[in-house]
Amino acid sequence: MSALLIDLLSWVLIVVGGAFGVIGGIGLLRLPDFFSRIHAASLTESMCAPCIIAGLMLQSGMTLVTVKLVFLVIFLFLTSPTAAHVLAKAAIHGGLDPGALRDADAERRG
Amino acid sequence: MDTLVDIVLLAFLAVSAIAILRLRDLFAMAMMFGLFSLISAGLFTTMDAPDVAFTEAAVGAGISTILILATLAQTARREQSPARRRVLVPLAVVWITGAVLIYGTADLPGVGDPAAPAHNHVAPHYLQESSREIGIPNVVASVLASYRGFDTLGEVVVVFAAVVGVVALIGLRRRPPGVVEGPAALSEHDVLKVIAKLVVPTILLFALYVQFHGEYSPGGGFQAGVIFAAAIILYALVFGLDAARGVIPPKLLNVMPATGALIYGGVGLVTMLLGGNYLEYDRLAADPQAGQHLGILLVEIGVGVTVSSVMLLIYFSFAERGRGKLRDDGEAGP
Amino acid sequence: MSFLAHFNYYVAIILAMIGFYTMISRTNLVKKVAGLNIFQVSVFILFISLGVLDGGTVPILTETHTLYSNPLPHVLILTAIVVGVATTAVALALAVRIREAYGTVEEEQIQAKDDQP
Repeated sequence: MSALLIDLLSWVLIVVGGAFGVIGGIGLLRLPDFFSRIHAASLTESMCAPCIIAGLMLQSGMTLVTVKLVFLVIFLFLTSPTAAHVLAKAAIHGGLDPGALRDADAERRG
Repeated sequence: MDTLVDIVLLAFLAVSAIAILRLRDLFAMAMMFGLFSLISAGLFTTMDAPDVAFTEAAVGAGISTILILATLAQTARREQSPARRRVLVPLAVVWITGAVLIYGTADLPGVGDPAAPAHNHVAPHYLQESSREIGIPNVVASVLASYRGFDTLGEVVVVFAAVVGVVALIGLRRRPPGVVEGPAALSEHDVLKVIAKLVVPTILLFALYVQFHGEYSPGGGFQAGVIFAAAIILYALVFGLDAARGVIPPKLLNVMPATGALIYGGVGLVTMLLGGNYLEYDRLAADPQAGQHLGILLVEIGVGVTVSSVMLLIYFSFAERGRGKLRDDGEAGP
Repeated sequence: MSFLAHFNYYVAIILAMIGFYTMISRTNLVKKVAGLNIFQVSVFILFISLGVLDGGTVPILTETHTLYSNPLPHVLILTAIVVGVATTAVALALAVRIREAYGTVEEEQIQAKDDQP
């Protein structure tokens, strides 16, 4: 019974992770501004990957594989947001203006 | 289900290859190149080849992408379209070659067919005899280092020849006059510095794990060498080239590629001196299996030393050559 | 049925042709090197597909499995990947030197500079 529950929970987590991945991908394509696109991409790394990895942890139970997956999640949480942060900082350094969209919107509204 | 995953991955591979072909902005092409390597690594994993996937991810998505970026920093950023774009002849050549090749695959066995010749001659011998003759679980490592040890010796020498070629072309130049030694480009990124300081020791530890655990799980000398070099390259990117060059003393780093090849060849010589053939590890210890273990350990260490120092030397050569070349508008200077 | 059995080969050939086309039709030297790498990866995919065994698993000996995929293509492709990156490094170093000598990495401009007396 509890095996079925764990299976179900891991399935839900993996599917939810996949859905987050798709949402992040759609955001990456459709959002208008570079900085909002970074936000959509970082959704993938902070929700999609950990959800899928959590589902895999439930599937593999109490083995060495789970320990390795925990290390993987910690590493992911350390490095991916840093990458997004550095990307945004590099864009500002390169001259992209974060407020451009908001100013263009305000101008359009008059 | 397996086939579906394969089909999706192969489709993504084809799409990213076409993107690499058509992108004019070469920095974007470098990013697609990293993505292409990573998807191919995923494909190798689903095809039961984790060693290959490991190497492809580390080498293709790591070192090759970094080298392409380092080259783009010193050459042009955009591809210029030629005055008269010639597509007819290349297209015809490609279509004809592709058609002939596809006609040639008609006789190939289906993927996974147990009756294929590839599965019926040497491979069963390796799989069945490896546990008795060599005794390490990772058959790829035992084939790489013991059964096909000559090929791996040749590969180490090829890597060594590559570093000789790169250093002869663009390395070991004294700093050109007028280039001031400023702070590293990323030195005011506090978040990046803290995370890099946390992550670099972990990567080095992982490289050591991959090196010595490569007999029991996917891994070995090549992957470990590349991961080790990647850690030092990350340090160089965040804290500056001079700080990274100080990590391993230059005199030692210049000698390490040859030392690794010497270790590998030296093991062969020692086995000959002990009365066996070249690279016959059985002679290294009283028990043949223990001899094989010792021989594989030594040659993998030789491979790891060579590969890590070669990747580092190549990166340092590219980075040193590019110093002072980038103008303020981002285009490469004279 | 035979199409699915040979699907890996067809895609490997398509990738090889894309890489080949990139190499011969684009004039930027760095793009040519990227095309060469695409070609190499397609050859790796062809070889690894030849080594897959139905019902086999990763060639690491365990007690629970008896059927393993062929380890020999894995070894050959490991060597090929490392040789490929060595080739790429030397080719890119050549591109850097060409840029310093000619001022450009576009093949046509280099050819024009060479043809000048």
